[in-house]
Amino acid sequence: MLALRSVSVRYGAIEALSQVDLEVNQGEIVTLIGANGAGKSTTIRAICGQVPTSSGSIHFEGREITRTPAHRLVHAGIAQSPEGRRIFANMTVRENLELGAFIHHGKHEQIRQDIDRVFQLFPRLSERVNQSAGTLSGGEQQMLAMGRSLMARPKLLLRDEPSLGLAPFLVQQIFQIIREINKEGVTILLVEQNAYQALRVAHRAYVLGTGSIVVSDTAERLLANEQVQAAYLGE
Amino acid sequence: MRWLALRTLTVLGCLAALAVVSKLLSANLDTYVFLVVIQCGVAMTLAASLNLINGITGQFSIGHAGFYAAGAYVGAAWTVLWQPIVVRHVPLLQLGAPVGDTLTLLIAIVVGAAAAAVAGVVVGLPSLRLRGDYLAIVTLGFGEVIRVVILNIDAVGGARGLTGIPTLVGSGDLAFFWVFGLVLAVVALSRNLMRTTRGLTWLAVREDEIAADAMGVDTTRVKVSAFVVGSAFAGVAGVMYAHYFTSISPDVFGMDMSIIITTMVVLGGTGSVSGSLLAAIVLTALPEFLRFMQDYRMVIFSTMLVVVMLTRPQGMFGHGEISFAKLKQLFGRRAAGGAKP
Ligand SMILES: Nc1ncnc2c1ncn2[C@@H]1O[C@H](COP(=O)(O)OP(=O)(O)O)[C@@H](O)[C@H]1O
Ligand SMILES: [Mg+2]
Repeated sequence: MLALRSVSVRYGAIEALSQVDLEVNQGEIVTLIGANGAGKSTTIRAICGQVPTSSGSIHFEGREITRTPAHRLVHAGIAQSPEGRRIFANMTVRENLELGAFIHHGKHEQIRQDIDRVFQLFPRLSERVNQSAGTLSGGEQQMLAMGRSLMARPKLLLRDEPSLGLAPFLVQQIFQIIREINKEGVTILLVEQNAYQALRVAHRAYVLGTGSIVVSDTAERLLANEQVQAAYLGE
Repeated sequence: MRWLALRTLTVLGCLAALAVVSKLLSANLDTYVFLVVIQCGVAMTLAASLNLINGITGQFSIGHAGFYAAGAYVGAAWTVLWQPIVVRHVPLLQLGAPVGDTLTLLIAIVVGAAAAAVAGVVVGLPSLRLRGDYLAIVTLGFGEVIRVVILNIDAVGGARGLTGIPTLVGSGDLAFFWVFGLVLAVVALSRNLMRTTRGLTWLAVREDEIAADAMGVDTTRVKVSAFVVGSAFAGVAGVMYAHYFTSISPDVFGMDMSIIITTMVVLGGTGSVSGSLLAAIVLTALPEFLRFMQDYRMVIFSTMLVVVMLTRPQGMFGHGEISFAKLKQLFGRRAAGGAKP
């Protein structure tokens, strides 16, 4: 479904990504793990055309999307939740969700249904529907960011560190919901520093060292892999 | 269909009410006060139109006088220089005073708006690459460029200005009708925009451009649209000014005018339509009504500005709007608070 072929990205003199190959198949949860500064967010930005690639190509459903700007990708079926929550702080929860459905604007019935669906997944949001998003707690903002990206009805969802800065029980909940969304047919590329949790929900995983893929395997095997355990799973 | 009928009815109702108010005010206000009222109307349009760019879309543009000038000069140039030529060659257009004048004014509005909109695109394009204070400097610079270009066109009088523009908007109730009709138009547009998903995208660009992009919003298009619409309205304000005061000169549209319009938007609360309208009235009328203070006038005026900004750093209304619900809430709370021991 999504394929990166030897993608490199440079920030001036620094090569942040070099020759990255990565594939996400329909229906999968694929996770990209790696230490801070490994280039995980850069990978997402490269897919979304927010940083130019210096070489390589990116394909989605057989079509080349290298350097296509993010707003066009949403129409193609790729929704992205950028790093950090990046919710619209001065707008209400409902307005944030409506903007998430921007590419479907005018389809009132669909939007109403999808908002109900988001509230089913995140009941805490439904109690705060008319509250301005900036006043939500960190966990609620993360839920809103997630709900908002679902409103586009994406085929592929790119999530950059959804667990960042959340209390452990909220992390559990977010990953639970990622699994649920996936069961409904959304393919997911999940970027995480929290390797243990990510490997537990994912089908396959890529480990990013500084700028290049070190290992890729099924999540199950990586969880058992001693090197990976030593480097990323702590203890 | 019913929706359309309701809309039409609302618009007609507003115009009828406006016509009545125009008649009443022009009959009862003294000439000087009426003049200030018209100036307020022009200022309100300028402030509300800059609010579209600066407040709602968050592009810190501060050279609004440039668009105001483009509209005023191109609109007036049409009426004074080009319209007579056209009429001479097309006898069909030699209409009597009321119909002919209205037609000439409508065309002046269209060409003035178009000229300002084109200038808006030219100034808006850098906003795609620049933000914040850098954008501010570029817009201010462009505003000056427009003024200097006008200064050097002899056909429109250069530094002397362009005089003898016919008072096509009339002087009494008709002028009020035109000018405040324009105010209503820009306010209606702002309000409708804020209520639609498309309008939300303008706010989204102000809030977080990267997130807006991730929602599928073409942020480039939003920014250019805001510049085009905002400038076009400033241009029409210029057309009104020119055809009411009958003479324009480049020094009316200088940097100080740009700064006053920016102040209106900031003082009103960036993004708040009602705030920018009220600030436009205050900033236009107050210096006039403080004239009896003579030399102290501007000192008092400036001090008041500083005090407002210190006490309300978000502007008078912050991001909010005046609404009856809020007023009720405010006074309700006051009353409840007063009842407590
Ligand atoms: N805009 C930028 N300009 C220059 N260097 C950058 C920029 N963004 C990221 N980098 C560098 O690229 C590397 C990868 O960053 P990033 O993709 O954000 O890492 P991760 O998301 O894995 O923590 C880091 O060394 C970082 O300092
Ligand atoms: Mg990152």
